[in-house]
Amino acid sequence: MTVSETAGQEGTERGYHPVLMVLAWLWVLVPFSYGLYQLVIKIPALFGH
Amino acid sequence: MAGFLQRERIVAPPGWSRWLVPPAALSIHLAIGQAYAWSVFKPPLEKGLGISGVASALPFTLGIIMLGLSAALFGTRVDSNGPRWAMVVSSSCFVSGFLISALGLYLRQYWMVVVGYGFVGGIGLGIGYISPVSTLIKWFPDRPGLSTGIAIMGFGGGALIASPLTNQLLAAFGGSGATPDVNGIAQTFLVMGLIYAVFMSVGWLLIRVPAQDWRPAGWDPAHAKTGALITTANVSARNAIRTPQFWLLWVVLCFNVTAGIGILERAAPIYSDFFPDATSPQALAAAAAGFVAMLSLANSAGRIAWSTTSDFLGRKNMYRIYLGVGALLYLALTLLTNTNKVLFLLIAILLLSFYGAGFATVPAYLRDLFGTYQVGAIHGRLLTAWSTAGVLGPLIVNAIADSRIAAGVTGPGRYTLSFTIMVGLLVVGFVCNELIRPVNERYHESALTKDATKKTEARA
Repeated sequence: MTVSETAGQEGTERGYHPVLMVLAWLWVLVPFSYGLYQLVIKIPALFGH
Repeated sequence: MAGFLQRERIVAPPGWSRWLVPPAALSIHLAIGQAYAWSVFKPPLEKGLGISGVASALPFTLGIIMLGLSAALFGTRVDSNGPRWAMVVSSSCFVSGFLISALGLYLRQYWMVVVGYGFVGGIGLGIGYISPVSTLIKWFPDRPGLSTGIAIMGFGGGALIASPLTNQLLAAFGGSGATPDVNGIAQTFLVMGLIYAVFMSVGWLLIRVPAQDWRPAGWDPAHAKTGALITTANVSARNAIRTPQFWLLWVVLCFNVTAGIGILERAAPIYSDFFPDATSPQALAAAAAGFVAMLSLANSAGRIAWSTTSDFLGRKNMYRIYLGVGALLYLALTLLTNTNKVLFLLIAILLLSFYGAGFATVPAYLRDLFGTYQVGAIHGRLLTAWSTAGVLGPLIVNAIADSRIAAGVTGPGRYTLSFTIMVGLLVVGFVCNELIRPVNERYHESALTKDATKKTEARA
């Protein structure tokens, strides 16, 4: 994502929210990564017998 | 309080990044995607309450039915009231479902779990599922496939989080094992409800709608990607269901989902029947669990990967792949059976990625055909195809497999007929996709307004 994609009303580019952005994405990516990890560790058993 | 929920209160100020909208959408979709992990609750409920497998599946079945019904019934209201209202309603219903279920289990009243999780929670599923869709499409007019793919991938990913979380909570509260404590299961429902209440709140706090005249920097609608099927007009939800395009797409979605559920529903037994030669029953069970995990990953990854690709290849072409290649893959599975395990796994991965992609690409397809005006409401009505497929898919595969097992058939032969039926359904879906043409102008909102104006002028 780039600052050019953060335009507000009428195409102006006056602000960016780096801290909010990082926190918002961490809020969803941390639990998702936990779920993904729990899933991936089951896959080797598929080839282990 | 009502003002807080109104659309006017969440119009983004200048400088608001549109990349804050996907996390808001994911906060809702990653939570409600828990529905796919309901099976984790089944064994403890069956052992703890002494109920049958059919009874323990009831909350989930009712939940999926309510998902389709509530999305169809409340879609227009979601579009008119805005995403914050929808997300608050969705969170309230979804969380209430868990709390009612917890209370029901403490009181040993299983019907409260069915009504709580299935009926009340199911309404939360339907409203939550469509809540961010039209908002995302408006924020990402240049990349609608990517934006809706992210959100709808979240729904697939919700089970990845809920499944281990539920297992760990059940174990911590004594709600698992050979003799699960029903109060422990109740505590699990209670804690999960509270966790989801906090998690989903970020969704409705963070969500913003773009200002009326907002557009992405450097993006000019005049130079936007055009195609025969990409309209610049708008069709209302009421008119959309009068068009053949809506019903053709309904069949496309229904049969694409039915075909995917065909494998997903019986993934573990299918693997065990195709490749039973394990060193021990434990190794076979672990391998089957690995197969289920791999399919879940393919389902989730397909949602974002193929949906994003649709921004470049076009929606109709993507459904040609999902349905046409899907039919060929099912045919290959029927003919190859268990002769090559790697090939079997690759085919299953692709089929499940197409299943997930079918969900994720459809909002952008609707946007192309009907415009952005009431795309959330139209999407809601289309989700009745999912509810239908949710009944149809498992019915076909389970009924046929059960009859084959009763007839003494073993191995892949148990699924030959089911897979052949799936090929047929996908071919029908492919034909329906081919028949989709641009929506007739008489259904466009501008054309209707012009007609009304002419009539008024004629009367005057």
